[in-house]
Amino acid sequence: MAMLSFEKKYRVRGGTLLGGDLFDFWVGPFYVGFFGVTTAFFTFLGTALILWGASQGPTWNLWQINIAPPDLSYGLALAPLMEGGLWQLITVCAIGAFGSWLLREVEICRKLGMGYHVPFAFGVAILAYVTLVVVRPVLMGAWGHGFPYGIFSHLDWVSNVGYQYLHFHYNPAHMLAVSFFFATVFALSLHGSLILSATNPAPGTEVKTPEHEDTFFRDFIGYSIGTLGIHRLGLFLALAAVLFSALCIVISGPFWSLGWPEWWSWWLNLPIWSQWPLS
Amino acid sequence: MAQYQNLFTTVQATGPLHDGVPLGPGNSPRTGKQPWVSYWLGKLGNAQIGPIYLGGLGLASLILGVFAFTLIGMNMLASVGWDPIQFVRQLFWLSLEPPPPTYGLEIPPLNQGGWHLIVGLFLTASLAFWWARTYRRARALGMGTHVAWAFAAALWLYLCLGLFRPILMGSWSEGVPYGIFPHLDWTAAFSLRYGNLFYNPFHALSIVFLYGATLLFAMHGATILAVTRFGGEREIEQIIDRGTASERAGLFWRWTMGFNATMESIHRWAWWFAVLCPITGGIGILLTGTVVDNWYLWAIKHGVAPPYPDVFPAAVDPALSSGG
Repeated sequence: MAMLSFEKKYRVRGGTLLGGDLFDFWVGPFYVGFFGVTTAFFTFLGTALILWGASQGPTWNLWQINIAPPDLSYGLALAPLMEGGLWQLITVCAIGAFGSWLLREVEICRKLGMGYHVPFAFGVAILAYVTLVVVRPVLMGAWGHGFPYGIFSHLDWVSNVGYQYLHFHYNPAHMLAVSFFFATVFALSLHGSLILSATNPAPGTEVKTPEHEDTFFRDFIGYSIGTLGIHRLGLFLALAAVLFSALCIVISGPFWSLGWPEWWSWWLNLPIWSQWPLS
Repeated sequence: MAQYQNLFTTVQATGPLHDGVPLGPGNSPRTGKQPWVSYWLGKLGNAQIGPIYLGGLGLASLILGVFAFTLIGMNMLASVGWDPIQFVRQLFWLSLEPPPPTYGLEIPPLNQGGWHLIVGLFLTASLAFWWARTYRRARALGMGTHVAWAFAAALWLYLCLGLFRPILMGSWSEGVPYGIFPHLDWTAAFSLRYGNLFYNPFHALSIVFLYGATLLFAMHGATILAVTRFGGEREIEQIIDRGTASERAGLFWRWTMGFNATMESIHRWAWWFAVLCPITGGIGILLTGTVVDNWYLWAIKHGVAPPYPDVFPAAVDPALSSGG
């Protein structure tokens, strides 16, 4: 039994959403639960389909294995297995596994008396994935608009779809998403640094206090958000990055089909200055 | 069965304001003895704004930074004939460009990229003073210097882009323009010129750490908020003397994915993921054009990227056709 020294007193029954006590047990360090069973089912099935798809493909090169979505001509219909049907089944398995994992997290939260912040945050990530492989393809009218499952093939997809809109950096939601990603990493580096610098102080000195943390940041930039606030800010920044990422791709195609640089002409043509030529 | 999730501070305790841990000899006095209290900021985090420590390093950094910022703005204003309306209208498109390639590493005239070099000099000096400030402020409080070294990682990326790579390429024209859309254009053109940066493994690593750090902050922020009912946000105390908040936070991840960090080690994971993002990114920039000319061909050569199928007729290289 892989148990931590303090773990036994936390391993109590209850908190399940489905299945009562039937699946209320652990395997090694892992909690199982009803949704652990469904997670395992979808994960093994999906992984097996990927492996089988790879075995039918031209290569075992890890970087080049590719499970592509159906051709656009299939529209929103089911495709034959080797013509993108595998991609469709794997997508179903992925959504099933992610959803099961989320609900399993909810059960663990309930068991430990914790808030639901982690499963909620994971739900935002699932939303972004579903936006890419379900919402946008449905809005565009073909599963072929989903991204392929493969290491370099999905990078090629990002590149190609980006250039379909000439220059994706001009997508305003993409700008916000990237800014939030950078801001999240920036804030995480500051938070990690601050905690480590308080608990690993100058040689020969004592561990510092939250008063030192607040003082450092007030001395540094005039404001310290505090021990509670930084975790709210970090969670907000990270989720905003994901939400704007989902937004930036779902508007590309369904709501804007030209180049993104052109989108900005509304600003240049505002009535307050459109009477003057661009000098 | 709605539960309180502690997303906002509902009851704000208003006590005496904290002036900060006393500073030792050799420090300037702090600025702003009467800090503000913002009710709305207090909903999210601390309500107190200020005081701030200015000091010689902070003052030097601010002056140089304002100087660089103003020079960029004045150059942009000059580029639209000093017309303030066109300045606002075209602001996102305006740019302070680096010198043309003909000047190599020489000093060009001011309006041929000379201003770009001067701004780079002032901005670098400003950032260097700010770096020294992060180091000194931490030491003045007897704290570790982790903030300074994390900031140094960001400076590494900045210097790779604007100083090291232009020198290795032998031309200041390789620098990044100062401007909103122009720096995005530079990024896209850079990727296209060198065969798509997605095939650059250090670019891939940098993205992994960018997304990884975002994932970590979402996981960490959410976990701590979920155990605030047990005092989980008091992280230093939890590191020194583990309480039930740490135990539950750790067990949540152990039961979810079979592994958990500790209250201290999660901040080491966080620090390294955040810091490795610009470090690997800088390496990727430094190798591009100096060591590798085309990342796609590099990836083909090393069996990483698949060759594209020949579905289109062969393109004629316009450089080889006559009469151009």
